[in-house]
Amino acid sequence: MSASSPRTPVPVEDARIAPKPGLRRFHQARWDEPLIFELTSPGERGVGVPVTDLPVPALPAGLARAEAPRLPEMSQPHVLRHYMRLSQETLGVDLNVDVGQGTCTMKYSPKVNDSFVRDPRIASLHPLQDEGTVQGVLEILYRLEGLLKEISGMDRVSLQPASGSSAIYANVSMIRAYHASRGEGELRDEIITTQFSHPTNAAAPKTAGYRVITLMPDADGYPDIEALRAAVGPRTAALLITNPEDTGIFNPRIEEFVRLVHEVGGLCCYDQANANGILGITRARDAGFDLCHFNLHKTFSTPHMCGGPAAGASAVTSALEPFLPRPTIEFDGSRYYVDDDRPESIGKIRPFYGVVSNLVRAYAWIMALGAQGLRDVAETSVLNNNYLISKVLEIKGVSLPYARGRRRVEQARYSWEKLNADTGIHSEQIGYRVADFGTHYWTSHHPYLVPEPMTLEPTESYSQADLDEYARILAEVAREAYEEPETVRTAPHNGPIHSMRDASLEDPGTWAVTWRAYRRKLA
Amino acid sequence: MGGYLAGLSAEARVSFTVGLVVNPVAGVGGRVGLKGSDGAEVQERAFALGAVPQAAERASVALAELRARRPDVSVLTVAGAMGEAAARAAGIVPEVVFAAADPTSAADTIAAARSLAPQVDLLLFAGGDGTARDVLEAVGDALPVLGIPTGVKMHSAVFAVNPRAAGEVAADYSRLRDAEVVDRVDGSPRLFGHLRVPDVPARVQQRKTGSSGVTPDAVSGIAAELGSLVAPGELLILGPGTTTRAVAAVWGADVPVLGVNVLQDTKLLAADVTADQLLKLVAETPAHIALTPIGGQGFLLGRGNQQLSPEVLRAVGLERLHVVATEAKVVALGGRPLLVDTGDDALDRAFPRYVRVGTGWRRTILYPLNHSPSHPLNHPNHPLNERQS
Repeated sequence: MSASSPRTPVPVEDARIAPKPGLRRFHQARWDEPLIFELTSPGERGVGVPVTDLPVPALPAGLARAEAPRLPEMSQPHVLRHYMRLSQETLGVDLNVDVGQGTCTMKYSPKVNDSFVRDPRIASLHPLQDEGTVQGVLEILYRLEGLLKEISGMDRVSLQPASGSSAIYANVSMIRAYHASRGEGELRDEIITTQFSHPTNAAAPKTAGYRVITLMPDADGYPDIEALRAAVGPRTAALLITNPEDTGIFNPRIEEFVRLVHEVGGLCCYDQANANGILGITRARDAGFDLCHFNLHKTFSTPHMCGGPAAGASAVTSALEPFLPRPTIEFDGSRYYVDDDRPESIGKIRPFYGVVSNLVRAYAWIMALGAQGLRDVAETSVLNNNYLISKVLEIKGVSLPYARGRRRVEQARYSWEKLNADTGIHSEQIGYRVADFGTHYWTSHHPYLVPEPMTLEPTESYSQADLDEYARILAEVAREAYEEPETVRTAPHNGPIHSMRDASLEDPGTWAVTWRAYRRKLA
Repeated sequence: MGGYLAGLSAEARVSFTVGLVVNPVAGVGGRVGLKGSDGAEVQERAFALGAVPQAAERASVALAELRARRPDVSVLTVAGAMGEAAARAAGIVPEVVFAAADPTSAADTIAAARSLAPQVDLLLFAGGDGTARDVLEAVGDALPVLGIPTGVKMHSAVFAVNPRAAGEVAADYSRLRDAEVVDRVDGSPRLFGHLRVPDVPARVQQRKTGSSGVTPDAVSGIAAELGSLVAPGELLILGPGTTTRAVAAVWGADVPVLGVNVLQDTKLLAADVTADQLLKLVAETPAHIALTPIGGQGFLLGRGNQQLSPEVLRAVGLERLHVVATEAKVVALGGRPLLVDTGDDALDRAFPRYVRVGTGWRRTILYPLNHSPSHPLNHPNHPLNERQS
């Protein structure tokens, strides 16, 4: 197996002047670490709580446990060691050239922003504190709203949504409230989206009770405008669309899309989760949209984590302002305050103000860059993407379907269809093998519209050398697919997990996201 | 859905025996420009034009892949060119359990498949659509089957995407699905029935080549949506196909997969009806029609459901015709339009250019429908067609 070392080892005395390695001789740690629940040792404690003679207030009967919870009993070093080991068995944005998680905008999050969030002046706040004692954080949120208004062109922004999906749900709820306020709530029961928009643009309206109509791409990969003409009508509540879509192709007819929907009385809602390539270049308002949303955890610094804390922002024109989630944060010229008296509001999307830690990161990130800096981010991410495209398309077996000869914005969806036809190797298998070189990639949402897909999004964070390294890894794995396919087929070789049965992920009978479920189903 | 092997992984089975039937002349017409390889006359012409049989070589690629992944596999096959040679070329010593005359014929394929079926866990066959039809006739849905693609132009959804993938899938699958057997008759694709094939959902080509996994979630959503459209007492006419059959199954109705069936209040009222019977039924009771396109082909009307005659369609009304398919099946059409060929040109033209395909509860995909050869999507130089070829 040629899993390691296609390059000649660099002699030690030359190491400090050696160029960046052609291919990394990576091997991940493997600790064979049990689940934390399996590490329990009865009586072991992390903190010795002193016994007290002071009276302890009695708990309400309904809250008292009959027996102690079955938590793992462990010392502090055992806990620390456990999580350090797990961290060594993962890849992540601070560890590898993380350009492979296309549509997720895995950019570098400056560590100084974390220091603001950890500062006790933020970290020790409680959302139920009197607003007179939290003027500082309210000012940050108010000013962040102002920045996002400028970036989107919209009139008001709610920072309450906890995620992109939550923001889309808030927008759909506002769309419903808008039509209801005009006596058309029952009539307008259809929402239109596109196949290459994020699936949440279909899922959120469906959750909210709408009928969802999905438009397929036309031959060039653009949303089919003829299909839109056939879809719109008196029942149209709104169009929810991404631009650029997951393919990275910018829809040049977006104004016509907006016009067709407006002509029948529908609203237009711009999913700007993928805004990294258009900051300071286009604005949702300028294209005629009525609502938009941002994923602050993508474009605005906080990394997109494993289902961890995100932050969404829903932006609307003044026509939709009365329906914003409540409360809003206002400023009367001398003091910031929370306005919860909003009778037409859709209510709360989540408790309190939003995910404050991520909102602080976003504010710090925007303020550090300034207006020109934001535009530089967009231009650099587009340049990086198109540079990487030119490198990747030199590799045998890969192609960039749709819109031939046209540039992509900040991400690209490639196809390994030819390599698969030539070698039998699938895109997922290439992805596993790429992990042997210390990075990874994502294919696409299911079902695959682009055959054997691979979606890359280099953002502005990566240097030319980083991108060259990533392209070299892909080229090497493609070479292996043609010349020694067994190496790819049996990958990964250098990671802690050697192969995974996808089928188990599709079978609810084997899902175990809690210890209790694990014991019930698998132990 | 799920089948009798659902949940049972390849590893969990104690021993694994595969049957192999190779149609040695499958695909010989392809490289010499003939449109197929069915019948002795075409085969003779192909050989006269210099065709070289590829089937055995492709079958051995599949077997080698299977053996690499499942060294414990036992292979039962037919003597000589119908399987034994391919197995030996893959380094496998097969157990020969059947011998056929030379030259071989469709009858040999059928007889061989019948004799292998009771003895094996999975039947692999190398051939094209004609061979798939023979296997269907021989074994029906009695056991899991997988095609190693060696035909000229395969319409059926029972084939792996390439020979190596056939070995890969044969070595590791955990559930089965019904997949369409389609063959061209007089130039038009026709649905002949369904084989039970391994369902490997992570492999998009499966979805592209033909019918997709009809998952319980998607089908129950489609059934709920259809149910909400049909008023009590009204008829629901179900076209053929696994999707519509699965919808009926959600309601507890067991309908034949090939015919046109009529439900009333979710109960089977009349099975496998004729056009005349349908016309009588819809004259008395208001009706809806639910159709699913042929996977990978896109035909909605005029292929395998001629019972839905122009008269029946007019009597019901096109606005009461509902198209249903899983999202994966729609995507597997690869952008090629839905097709109608009712035999009545004016009726064909009355279909809208875009139809709503119900993919779940309150979910539709707006999809192009073609009744005109001049539609851009039908042009051979259309990038989508180019990609498929």
